[in-house]
Order: sequence, then structure tokens, then C-alpha cells
Amino acid sequence: MGDLIQNLGLGFSVALTLQNLMYCFLGVFLGTLIGVLPGIGSLATMAMLLPLTFILEPVSALIMLAGIYYGSDYGGSTTSILVNLPGEGSSVVTLMDGHPMAKQGRAGPALAIAAMGSFFAGCVGTLLIAVVGPPLANVALAFGSPEYFSLMLMALVCASVVGTGSLLKSLAMVTVGLLIGIVGTDVNSGKMRFTFGIPELSDGVGIAVVAMGVFGLTEIVKNLGDSQMTQTILRGEIKGLMPRWQDLKMSFGSILRGTSIGLAFGPLPGLGGTISSFTSYMVEKKLAKDPSRFGKGAIEGVAGPESANNACSQTTFIPMLTLGIPGSASMALMLAAMTIHGITPGPQVMTGRPDLFWGLIASMWIGNAMLVLLNLPLIGIWVKLLQVPYRLLFPIIITMMGIGIYSLNTTGTDVIMMAFFGFVGYILVKLGCSFPPLILAMVLGPMMEENLRRSLLISEGDLGIFVTRPISAGFIIATVVLLLLFIVPAFRKKRTEVIVD
Amino acid sequence: MALKIKNLQDFWCGLLFLALGALAVYMSKDYQMGTALEMGPGYFPTWLGFIMMGFGVVIGGLSFKIEGNGSQGLRWRDWAFRPWLVTTGAIVVYALLMDAEVGFVPSLIALVIGSSLAHKDVHWVETLVLSVCVTAGAVAIFIYGIEMPYRLFWWSE
Repeated sequence: MGDLIQNLGLGFSVALTLQNLMYCFLGVFLGTLIGVLPGIGSLATMAMLLPLTFILEPVSALIMLAGIYYGSDYGGSTTSILVNLPGEGSSVVTLMDGHPMAKQGRAGPALAIAAMGSFFAGCVGTLLIAVVGPPLANVALAFGSPEYFSLMLMALVCASVVGTGSLLKSLAMVTVGLLIGIVGTDVNSGKMRFTFGIPELSDGVGIAVVAMGVFGLTEIVKNLGDSQMTQTILRGEIKGLMPRWQDLKMSFGSILRGTSIGLAFGPLPGLGGTISSFTSYMVEKKLAKDPSRFGKGAIEGVAGPESANNACSQTTFIPMLTLGIPGSASMALMLAAMTIHGITPGPQVMTGRPDLFWGLIASMWIGNAMLVLLNLPLIGIWVKLLQVPYRLLFPIIITMMGIGIYSLNTTGTDVIMMAFFGFVGYILVKLGCSFPPLILAMVLGPMMEENLRRSLLISEGDLGIFVTRPISAGFIIATVVLLLLFIVPAFRKKRTEVIVD
Repeated sequence: MALKIKNLQDFWCGLLFLALGALAVYMSKDYQMGTALEMGPGYFPTWLGFIMMGFGVVIGGLSFKIEGNGSQGLRWRDWAFRPWLVTTGAIVVYALLMDAEVGFVPSLIALVIGSSLAHKDVHWVETLVLSVCVTAGAVAIFIYGIEMPYRLFWWSE
């Protein structure tokens, strides 16, 4: 306990410097600003703003990027409440009751409850990272290559299982991601692989390039092809931000339950905000006295999932910070940013760079508080932003992506590659494939290969090593159980039911 | 027995993965395979290629068995050809202009105007005003703000 306070003290002393406060604010603000734009999810936002953080020193860069991450997540929820446009999976849940509330003129209370729930969940989530981080990092030090390999396998399968669309296609996208991860110079033999004779590819394909292509560009093309998106959607004004006393009373339990659900799912690699939002929604609907209110503007249907989602957003940091394994596509981008700053993510960060680890954690508290302070008074600005016609917005977004990508290595090759991934991405979208598993796999690819190599070296070429070592076997069993659960039709039906209802 | 494709989306998807997997296996054949004990650079990609081909076969194969509504989005008129090709083209042009060092300002003007053309209604005056405003904003933030080292025009140093 004394350790915890001391560590957090260190964290706050880092996060509360004027400079870091400013970057935290900038991250939260820019994240919300871009995240609010319709059709731009938190992944696209992070990819777009990633280059801005390169010029900062590591601690500030990570603080700002984390701010962008939860800011954009938050902005996405605002959009899905105000206009009926699902961005990423987790906001789909928010709009089921949030949008009907907005239509009844109660957008204000919906947004306020979402903000309060998120803030509460964010605080608890951050506290959990601070408490379980250090012991988990100690466990992680005992992990060998087979354990890492099995854990990464589990993360990839989880990400495919919970994603939208067909499981088989998601798993196939995982293999595509792993193969993209291989592009570049092989660390062991020095051999160039899959570089197609392009010298710029010898360092591999940048994750920002791919993420911006498939989440930014492909999304824009998809939106432009959708006639609904090309018109201005938001009408009317927001009156009265404050929820009624009755709303607060009704949401209190939902926020607590949602937070616990998010805390439980978040640290598990591969399971993301979507599954915790859905679970929380299902729970609230089950517990409600009158379940028929759901889908027509029940405030619990906003409070629960939003809290669950934000608790999950915070706790997804746990595997990334303690094990060095990103559990979601957003965390894969965080990890890429750390690597660019010369920090090898993993258990050694906590001991080697305590200022960075604890500074980041403390900044999350501050960032979550800023979100509430920033968003409730500024909601008018976001509403104005949503009234800008899309035909003016999208060229601005494309320009920002163009400048950002070019600045990575000052080369047009990266920009052309982004265009290529956007182009191919559209074909894959048309064929019903989804991208988060691909991004995650791309980052995990080189780590998986390296750990597979080392594992097989230890076992003298015997694949059995993954099931004979107990911890590794645990991960493998969990993976198989998950796959079976998904293949059993009953579970599958339930999952779609929630979405249809 | 005549086989009928029941889900066009899955059929093409399967075929695509099959082809990509085969490409990966083919390209990996130049890399040393090694053994499980001592993995060569070709070991991991070759196996991934085979696994991907497997997914392709299963996804494609199931398209003959399982009915789906996935065929609808693939009709000729469902493709957003204009946004798809125009945005890609505009970005490539921007990349080439930047590499040719004609300057930040002309490259950005080209990018904004080019990508605006992706929308089905183009309002020319509006587009021109937008391109000037966006470029001015970008120059203020990136060149004067965070001092990115690009030349503004082809005649500047």
C-alpha cells in the first residue's frame, strides 16, 4: 500500500508538470475533435495523430497518445448519441438507447450520464492498473518464449472471435496481418523478405501507414459511397444538459455493474470494448423491471455500456504495459509508438522507466477528468462540427492523413503505400472482412516468429512444448475453449440476438 | 451435380485468400526453410501461406453450401468507384508532387482539390476556397508552428 502511494506520487509529479499537462490536454482535445467526426473511429484518429507525437519526448508522447486514445473513444460515443451513425463496435451499443434519447430531446442527459459513467469507470480502471500492474509484471518475468507465443496466439484468436463478421474471415485476416508483419529484414538471417525490391520496405511496413489506409481512407470511401452519410444528419438543438434526479438514481447501479464488467474483460488480451459493452447491455436489460423500454431510450442502456467500455479502454493497458503484448489494435498503435521512441515494452519498463509507467497512469486520471470538464461545456462546439457537411470534412481529413504520413519518413513512398492499403482495404470491406485483427496481428507477427523460433530451440523442434508447460498449456486450452464456444451455435445465436434487438 | 454459388461474397473472399496464401508460399520458396529446430527465414512465412490457403479453401468451399445475403453489395452499381479511384489517385499525385519537391503549397492544393472530386457534387468555388483555407492552416501549423523542413514553393529554397 505504501508502495502504491509512493509510486502514484512519482506518477503525479511527472504528469502534473506544466508541459505534460499541456500535452495531456492537447491529446484529449484533438482526440475528441477528430473522434467526433462521423465515420472516424478511435483507431483512425490515433493513426492520424500518431506522427504529431513523434517530435515529443517519450513520456509526453505517450501521455498525449493515451489522451488521444480515450478522447477519440469518447468523441465517438458523442457522435453515436447525437447522430445515428455507428462508428466502431462499442458505440453501436451506445446508440441503441442513446439515439432514441436524443430524438426525444434528451441528448443532454444521455451525454452527461455517458460522461459521468466513463469518468467513474476510468478512475477505477486506472486504479486497477496501478494495483495489479506491479505483481503482474513479476509474473511476466517468469514467462518464457512458449508462454509468450501461446498468449499471443490467444490474443489473436480472441480478437477474431469477438470482432464483427465471420470468424473464418477474421482468422484469415490475422494471417494476412502476420504476413505483413514479416515484410522487411529478417532479424536472424538478415534476409529481405517480401520487399518486392522496394528499398523503403526493408524496415518493414509502418503500422501507421496500414492503419491510416484501412481505417482512414477505406472508411472515407465507404462513407462517400453511402448516400446517407453525404447529407448533413444532425438537426435540432441540445437543451438542458443536467440529468434529472431520477436518471441519476436509475443509472447508479448500471454504472457500477458496467464498470465491473469492463474491468473483468479489459485485461484479457483480444477481448475489447465491444464485448464488454454488449455484455453490460444484456445484463441491464435482464435486470430491468420493464425490459421493453430498452431500445426506446432507457438511460441504463447508455450508462452501463459506456462505463463498461471506458473501464475496458483503461484496463486494456494492463497486458501492454506489463507483458509488452498489445491486447487490441489501439494498443498495438501505442506499442508501435513506444518502440519508435526506443522503449521496449514489457515488464522491464516498470523497473527501468518508473517515471514513464507511473506518469502515464497518473495522466490517465487527469485526462479522464479533463474529458468531463472539456466535453460537457464544449458540447455545443461538437454539435456545430457535426453540422458541417461531409463534402467539406473529408478532404480536410485526407489532407491531414497525407501530411501525417509524409512526415513519418519524409518520403512519398509511405503515402503511396497508404493509398494502396486504402484501395485494397475497400475490396476487403466489400468481401466482408474486418481490420482490427489484421492490425493486431501485424504488430504481433515479428514477436510471434521470434518466440516460436526460441521455443522450438528450447524443445529441440518439438511443438509439444506449448502444451507441456503449464502456463502455456493454460493459454492454449483457453484459446480452444473460446473457439469451441463460438462454433457452438447457441452462443452464436445469443450474440446476434443482442445486436438485432 | 451442378454446383451453385450461394454466397458470392464468401466465394470471392475465399479465392482472394487462396491466391494471397499461394503468393506467400511462392515468394517464400527463395528463403531458406530450415528445420523446426533451426527455423530459417522461410519457415514462418511458408507455413502462414499454407494456413491462409487453408482458410481460403474453407471460406470459398462454404460459399457453395451456406446461403448468405452477402451477394448484394457486390453488384456493379454497389461499388463506390468514383470515391474509391479518385481518393486513391489524389493521394498518389500528392505523394509524387511532394517527392518531386514542387513545394508544400502546390502539393496540398492539389490534394484538397483532387480529393474533393471524389464527392458526387462538386461545388467549384467552395472547393477552391476550401483548398486555400486548408493549405493556409496547414502551413501555419506545420511549417511555422512545428517547423517541418519543407519548401513552400518550387522557387523557395
